[in-house]
Amino acid sequence: MPRNASRLGVRGWLASTAARAVGVLLRSLGRAGTTVPGRVLLALDPSALSRISIRLGAGTVLVSATNGKTTTAALAEAALSQSGLTVVHNSAGANMAGGIASALLHANPGPETLGLLEIDEFWLPELAPQLKPKAVLLGNLFRDQLDRYGELDAILDRWIEAAVQLAADGTHFVLCADDPGIAWLGLQLPAASVTWFGVEDTTLALKQLPHAADAGSCRRCGTPLVYSAVLLGHLGHWACPSCGLTRPTPTFALAGITLHGARFSSLRIASPSGTHSVELGVPGVYNAYNAVGAWALAATLGVPPDVVASAFGSAKASFGRAETFTISDREATLFLVKNPTGANEVIRALASEAEPLALQFLLNDGVADGRDVSWIWDADFEDIADQIEMVVCSGTRASEAALRFRYSGVPADRIATISEPRAGLAQLAKSRQESLWVLPTYTAMLELRSALADEGLVERVV
Amino acid sequence: MLSERKRLRLAVLYPTLLNIYADRGNIEFLRRRCEWRDLGFQVTAVGVGDKLVEGSFDLVYMGGGQDRDQVRCGEDLQGHKTAVLGDWIGQGNPLLAVCGGYQLLGKAYTGPDLSIPGISAIDATTSQGKTRLIGPIAIRTDLAGPTDGVLAGFENHAGRTVLGSGTAPLGTVLKGHGNDGSSGLEGARRGATIGTYLHGPLLPKNWWLADWLIAKSLGLELEDLLQLDDALEIAAHRVARTAAGAEWADAPGFESN
Repeated sequence: MPRNASRLGVRGWLASTAARAVGVLLRSLGRAGTTVPGRVLLALDPSALSRISIRLGAGTVLVSATNGKTTTAALAEAALSQSGLTVVHNSAGANMAGGIASALLHANPGPETLGLLEIDEFWLPELAPQLKPKAVLLGNLFRDQLDRYGELDAILDRWIEAAVQLAADGTHFVLCADDPGIAWLGLQLPAASVTWFGVEDTTLALKQLPHAADAGSCRRCGTPLVYSAVLLGHLGHWACPSCGLTRPTPTFALAGITLHGARFSSLRIASPSGTHSVELGVPGVYNAYNAVGAWALAATLGVPPDVVASAFGSAKASFGRAETFTISDREATLFLVKNPTGANEVIRALASEAEPLALQFLLNDGVADGRDVSWIWDADFEDIADQIEMVVCSGTRASEAALRFRYSGVPADRIATISEPRAGLAQLAKSRQESLWVLPTYTAMLELRSALADEGLVERVV
Repeated sequence: MLSERKRLRLAVLYPTLLNIYADRGNIEFLRRRCEWRDLGFQVTAVGVGDKLVEGSFDLVYMGGGQDRDQVRCGEDLQGHKTAVLGDWIGQGNPLLAVCGGYQLLGKAYTGPDLSIPGISAIDATTSQGKTRLIGPIAIRTDLAGPTDGVLAGFENHAGRTVLGSGTAPLGTVLKGHGNDGSSGLEGARRGATIGTYLHGPLLPKNWWLADWLIAKSLGLELEDLLQLDDALEIAAHRVARTAAGAEWADAPGFESN
């Protein structure tokens, strides 16, 4: 029905134009405009996502996980861009419907244009069918913002339902074998639709499952899983002692890792094309998982290994994820923390620092942070309590953050409560330490970064 | 010879299954507050298939879990553990059960695809609602405490719990949903046993309730416990109440340097 189609086309064009105008207006007011233009677009044209994504000649690729979406997507973007594609990417972590629509709004569709979108785990089942992705990377599912998402099992069930349909329509899945829930999802799909990634190097295995770990029992038979190695939260080498369900063997695997403090690490990645060495400018086992996943995704999309290795080597930390800036002649590093497993990995990286720690923890209880701040009691701050020389607690729930550090074993005279983020950072900058570590929740990071951008200390992200 | 140092023996039921909202925060909170008073503190984890040994504990803790995990706990509780816990609670002894643990204290937790038997130590039944009741909450209890008995926390539950006519609630809802979102009641209390939907780390937000439990566990009065510097604890309670929209008008002064 051409008449109908053309009417939709006009509607779509009008919607896009109006939404872009809102973006221009917001930026002229000094705002980033990462989600509002997209919300306008979707309000005027609910089918905008599928309308724009089918015009991306190189297709659309989605990345979702509780932790590591932004870094995984940033690494994959570096590799895909270096391979010559024009990549449309929601780089500021604006990963719900509005943010994704905003990113697509700026797309300049062409044969070499690829959409690389990180998607909030709750929105994935709803948005993925509209975006008709050629590949989906799923990294992990951890306990996060239970007030917003409900229980983990419910999210996984929705993911599985969506994945089965997508795979039937030809979507390829790049999945983390080390997460029992993600693996269970992959085992519901045809084997040819799945590429597995994981960590084989177990030298950094934890002694036991951390307090924050989930997914304790077999999805098939309910028996508690056993681990020969726990690598990160509930990720590791798992098996069911009863029904024999076991971790799939990864095609792309981390074969070796050397951590260099809380700033960078050296990786060896095993793949069908051989084993490759990479220097990664972000620290920790969690980022090694992100890197292997991004590697597997890029390889699946046909990017040659030498291009991936060189792109990873020069990739910079993304928005608040191990991002550094200089303040009062000290180097400060921002680590976004939003749930206990993510926080534990930052704690693990900090624990490998030789110098005493001067850190600021910014705890907000906004909707995007999770209104419920219970999770801080699941993060293992005990592991760095003895190394802390000074901790400044800021944000709307600064007092409960301070309490958490007190109960983790930090003496009261090393804890300061200064709710206002920038004032708290000023206090931290009085420390004798040359390195400052700043751990904000999501909205606290936006607030602090905005203040720092006003002073020209960090780049404003548009 | 000096008298033996007092020691609190905490039995934690199903710590690997019922722990979803950082229940560990409650345990660490009790541990530190005992240690700072030179009281001993010992935790025994009691899992599926483990025996709950009578006389081996002074306080019991049950946390919250996902439905799937709660099913296994409900099955395991039947028989031996129901008998031991029934005696313990019936004699007025202290137990804190949060969220899923609270539901298991009652007769059953049922839904369209769900039928979890409880231990019937409290006359209450829980049914699964279509929506979750989520948000900050403040309740008023009749426990004597420095906040006029007000407790603050966060709730997130699908269960709707209805108390039997002879069962006392833990408190009345000031802000939030409570047991079922309509009765205005929250939790249940029988002697020193408390069941509540104020989930996860409710003790860090309500320091005096931790002390109330410590005192009950050791057979002491609240006044017998060594006074600690609770400035941070008071501030955390105040902010949690503010988050729920139930301001603490007569809070003691606190400088946030």
